[in-house]
Amino acid sequence: MSIGPAAKVIEARTGSRLEKVLRAGHFAVTAEIGPPKGADGRRIQQLAALVKDYSDAQNLTDNQTAVVRLCSLAAAVHVLNNGGEPVLQMTTRDRNRIALQSDLLGAASLGVRNVLCLSGDHQRFGNHPEAKGVFDIDSVQLTATVRQMREERLFICGEEIKAPPRVFVGAVENPFAGPVELRVLRLGKKVMAGAEFIQTQVVYDVEGFTRWMEAVCAAGWHKKTFILAGVTPPKSAGALRYMSRIPGMKVPEELIRRMEKASDKLREGQRIALEIINHVRAIAGVSGVHIMAINWEEAVPEIVSMAGLYPRP
Amino acid sequence: MILARPKTVSSILALVGGMKSLVVAGCQECVTVCQSGGRKEVSCVAQLLEIAGKKRGFPFEIAQVTVFRQCDNEYLVPLDVLMEKADACISLGCGVGVQFIAERYPTVMVIPGVDTVGGGGTVMSGVWEERCAMCGECILAETTGICPVTRCAKGLLNGPCGGSVDGRCEAGTDLPCAWEMIYHRLKKQGRLDSLTRIRPPKNWAHSGSGVMRKVIREEVMPCLSVLPLK
Repeated sequence: MSIGPAAKVIEARTGSRLEKVLRAGHFAVTAEIGPPKGADGRRIQQLAALVKDYSDAQNLTDNQTAVVRLCSLAAAVHVLNNGGEPVLQMTTRDRNRIALQSDLLGAASLGVRNVLCLSGDHQRFGNHPEAKGVFDIDSVQLTATVRQMREERLFICGEEIKAPPRVFVGAVENPFAGPVELRVLRLGKKVMAGAEFIQTQVVYDVEGFTRWMEAVCAAGWHKKTFILAGVTPPKSAGALRYMSRIPGMKVPEELIRRMEKASDKLREGQRIALEIINHVRAIAGVSGVHIMAINWEEAVPEIVSMAGLYPRP
Repeated sequence: MILARPKTVSSILALVGGMKSLVVAGCQECVTVCQSGGRKEVSCVAQLLEIAGKKRGFPFEIAQVTVFRQCDNEYLVPLDVLMEKADACISLGCGVGVQFIAERYPTVMVIPGVDTVGGGGTVMSGVWEERCAMCGECILAETTGICPVTRCAKGLLNGPCGGSVDGRCEAGTDLPCAWEMIYHRLKKQGRLDSLTRIRPPKNWAHSGSGVMRKVIREEVMPCLSVLPLK
């Protein structure tokens, strides 16, 4: 596998709406939709209809926190059928390179134009902690694989692909996970592997995020990829506390106290999200926000409107 | 060494319930070092089985033997006589030892007395840690002697995941993040640029997820022409 097509600035060539918005220089908005723990697709259809006009693309999580849910590919098709623009999340935890490449071809054939490459939360956290984690390839390798399939028209094994998947490729990064230098190196590696956009872990620690972005900009990576800051409106102080225990999440204590004191928790949660959006928007190198309103997708239209980001381009 | 953890005697008893004659076989190699299958543990298991046998009112006849190495056929000879009248052999060797015994005595039931865990070493008295996943394609030179295949919970080859916090692995707070350790060591060695190199997908065909592995080295094989013909 000839890996690492050094992040070339490439004209929009995937038919992705998200790519067009970003390359046109608009401040992008993506929204996360969490598929249900059941075979009912109506909830995804409703959410897609609800958020599609308030976001440029909608992420469908892939068994997030290692809990079994309706698969991201099927969820992406529900979104497509309801006029949305899915970002198919793919983790390397549950599928090997054969299944990942196969799913990507299938997704592209159904009209999916964006894919987000992740390693995935460890199975130990989910509802099947005894499962065998696959991790045949990692997220950097998956990113490079998608680019190789798209541009070089080759599978990992080197065999030719007649109809390559035309998808816009993204990856994730956690600005709060550890030495900033290591996190920036890691981001750079993902960009070099071909990540055209990056969606970050939820930002509550705005100062930490600012420091990370400064280092990212100093290394010049913001010019080679589009960085979307993760935003999650908290529903309650308890929700914030829960998130503070998720590996890799940093939640300032004063934010939890602020939610505790608030009389209208939902309003306060939306206000916090809005403040964070306004803050990250002013940071050099940030190209958009990725709103993950966990179990509260209904909040997305109002937050986007309040932020002055509606209507979308 | 090969790390192993003793199975409970009750789980062994459940398998030998109606039997009379047992051989408890230990090994002087790895399982002796990790204190799960040496002479001492053989004696322990044998005594517990003996008590259990007396309690059921139908004592076992138990032979104890600890060989130099269960994973070498020539060292299994001391078992030959004992196995003639054995109903079952409880091997406290690793999974390799159990299988070598089973191959040599195909008419006798062989029961593993330990769970084989992996390749590791002693960290402190009573604590052993895995270090090698035996993937068949060693990359330790590039990762400063820290194995991400074994020590990263996701076996990532291109740096840490997003779940590590303050140097701890997301999968277990008592475990260090392997990639953060690699990062610090690379930094000390002035080799941070190694972290920017994208490592391609690994060839797992060399690992345990491929077909059963076999190491064949003709240069150390006996010269067949000078061997006496049987």
